[in-house]
Amino acid sequence: MENKSTSPAVQLKGVYKRFGKVVAVQKMDLDFEEGSLVTLLGPSGCGKTTILRMIAGLEAPTEGEIYIKGKRVNDIPIHKRNLGMIFQNYALFPHKTIFDNVAFGLKYRNVAKGEMQAKVTKALEMVRLPGVEGRMPSQLSGGQQQRIAMARAIVIEPDVLLMDEPLSALDENLREEMRREIDNLQQMLGVTTLFVTHDQREALSMSDKIVVMKDGLKQQEGSPEEVYNYPRNHFVSDFLGHSNFFGGVIAGLEDEGVSVKLQDGNEFRVEHPGDWANNAAVELVIRAQKFELTYLDEAPPEPDMNTFDGTIKDRSYMGGEVSYFVELESGTMVHVIGIAKLTPFKKGEKIRLHVAPRHCGLLQKDKAGGDARPAK
Amino acid sequence: MPKISGWSLIRFYTILVYAFMFAPIVVVVVLSFNPEQFGSFPMKGFSFRWFIKLAQNQTILIAFKNSLILGSLTAVVSTAVGIMASMAFVRYNFPGKNTLNTLLLAPIMIPEVILGVALLLFIRWLQQPKSFALLVIGHVVLTLPYVLLIVQARLGGIKKEYEEAAQSLGANGLQTFKEVTLPLLTPAILAGMLFSFTISFDDITATLFWATAQNQTVPVKIFGMLRNSISPEINALGTVMIVLTIATPLLAGYLSRKLSRGS
Ligand SMILES: Nc1ncnc2c1ncn2[C@@H]1O[C@H](COP(=O)(O)OP(=O)(O)OP(=O)(O)O)[C@@H](O)[C@H]1O
Ligand SMILES: [Mg+2]
Repeated sequence: MENKSTSPAVQLKGVYKRFGKVVAVQKMDLDFEEGSLVTLLGPSGCGKTTILRMIAGLEAPTEGEIYIKGKRVNDIPIHKRNLGMIFQNYALFPHKTIFDNVAFGLKYRNVAKGEMQAKVTKALEMVRLPGVEGRMPSQLSGGQQQRIAMARAIVIEPDVLLMDEPLSALDENLREEMRREIDNLQQMLGVTTLFVTHDQREALSMSDKIVVMKDGLKQQEGSPEEVYNYPRNHFVSDFLGHSNFFGGVIAGLEDEGVSVKLQDGNEFRVEHPGDWANNAAVELVIRAQKFELTYLDEAPPEPDMNTFDGTIKDRSYMGGEVSYFVELESGTMVHVIGIAKLTPFKKGEKIRLHVAPRHCGLLQKDKAGGDARPAK
Repeated sequence: MPKISGWSLIRFYTILVYAFMFAPIVVVVVLSFNPEQFGSFPMKGFSFRWFIKLAQNQTILIAFKNSLILGSLTAVVSTAVGIMASMAFVRYNFPGKNTLNTLLLAPIMIPEVILGVALLLFIRWLQQPKSFALLVIGHVVLTLPYVLLIVQARLGGIKKEYEEAAQSLGANGLQTFKEVTLPLLTPAILAGMLFSFTISFDDITATLFWATAQNQTVPVKIFGMLRNSISPEINALGTVMIVLTIATPLLAGYLSRKLSRGS
């Protein structure tokens, strides 16, 4: 309690959670800075919800400690933690009016009647739904219900806002809009927020910090730029966007980077920070969006690129983008996502593939040849 | 001659089934308005004679009062116990949960004669006299499975998130139950009480074992009267019972609809 200003808003120390034999969360250490929005990102079943529920007090950690505002909360029941929770399916009380829903938390906080009215009105204005006090939840659309759920959570001025996939029940367009609104609201209120999602776009667009998880283990944490541009392992780079992975060895050290020789014989120049030793086994990682395709007779888009010739083997049009599978002359398949031009390349067409050395990432290959280790 | 199709046979058969089921009831109701001592058709007039006689029969009135009190008590106790047990079964995990649940539901499958004898022997073993409390306990045992089934089904449909949301907003366990769970359970609770009341009000087999001369219920009383003679009073009593058992659920349905609209 004493060093309130310096302690993180939420802190997990060596937290484990087991359900019988299932290990849902392992050795989790996390710090949430005051006022930040932290996203837990990972595939289904990786333990995101479990972490959120442990912070909420709906599950007890098997091991380890949880602190909120510097205070150990392991033994504090949920109703005394001062949290705002937002659920995937809104969880508005169906038998209560919108007013009673939003005012629910205030009833347990010794708020005077008049003040309660004012607070509810203000919260509804903040979520841009003024005047719906008298309606029932069933009379609102899904998006509106989620806004009311937001109002209900923020009106109590929680220490932490916990959201478990709050947008996944909404349709595509609404989701985008709500995402921006949550982002704005969170910044305006400055409330520390945990946001759980398996949608990387949501995570990248609104987080101050992303925590990528797999099988209950933290894989990487950092700003969206850090995690996206410098994934620490195979899993992270695969999960965040479509990546190509090629096995190879370091074939030469240069001033600006290294040269990597792939198993198919092709050599790539790579600029990736780190200490690399000659002949070290590595994995070359290149995002599908980072390649550029040109016709054979065109000039390369910029100088000093890695350039290879190949054939379009497959193509799928995805609206704004086109996804290609290109077979290089060495036989290696490369996945490329390009901006759709008026005349996209055709299947079977001979093309030239370019990628800048700065867009090529490297991961150290484990000696056992299994999981990739952090490139550090 | 018109051709007899499969469908007309089925229609005819269905009518027969309904006639078989309802004709006796209709006869009882019709005969209860017959002024004659011995029922025969066609009736020679229409009178409330037997209803008036019924209203003056002290023993029947007492039995009626007993049945009403017993039914109401059974409904209240059974529902209260049923709600608590259902909360435990649906919301919490503990060893032996399924076994216990099956045990509580078992009275549905056990013949009532056996239940009746068993409870009687148990009371004897405890060296307690038969009493009104025994009747209440017995009827709770009989009706609890229905309450459990209804309330558990409803509780399973109430998402845990509602309760979790309430708790996250600062409500403790009891407040959450009162503010969220209980209101959402109301339809199931009403249905459970109704079931318990009607089952208790109607029960004869097990009640025959448990009732004493002082604590007779209406069905037991009717059974006793039938042994001596068939008085037309019984028809009148039957009519009253039928009206009550049909009116109670209708009234409850009407009230619950009115209440839910009011809130
Ligand atoms: N109450 C529970 N009992 C047993 N196992 C559980 C329980 N809750 C979660 N698990 C297990 O713990 C693991 C992590 O579950 P969790 O719900 O945290 O995943 P998640 O990352 O939220 O997944 P999703 O994206 O599908 O919501 C899963 O393997 C799950 O089966
Ligand atoms: Mg989840």
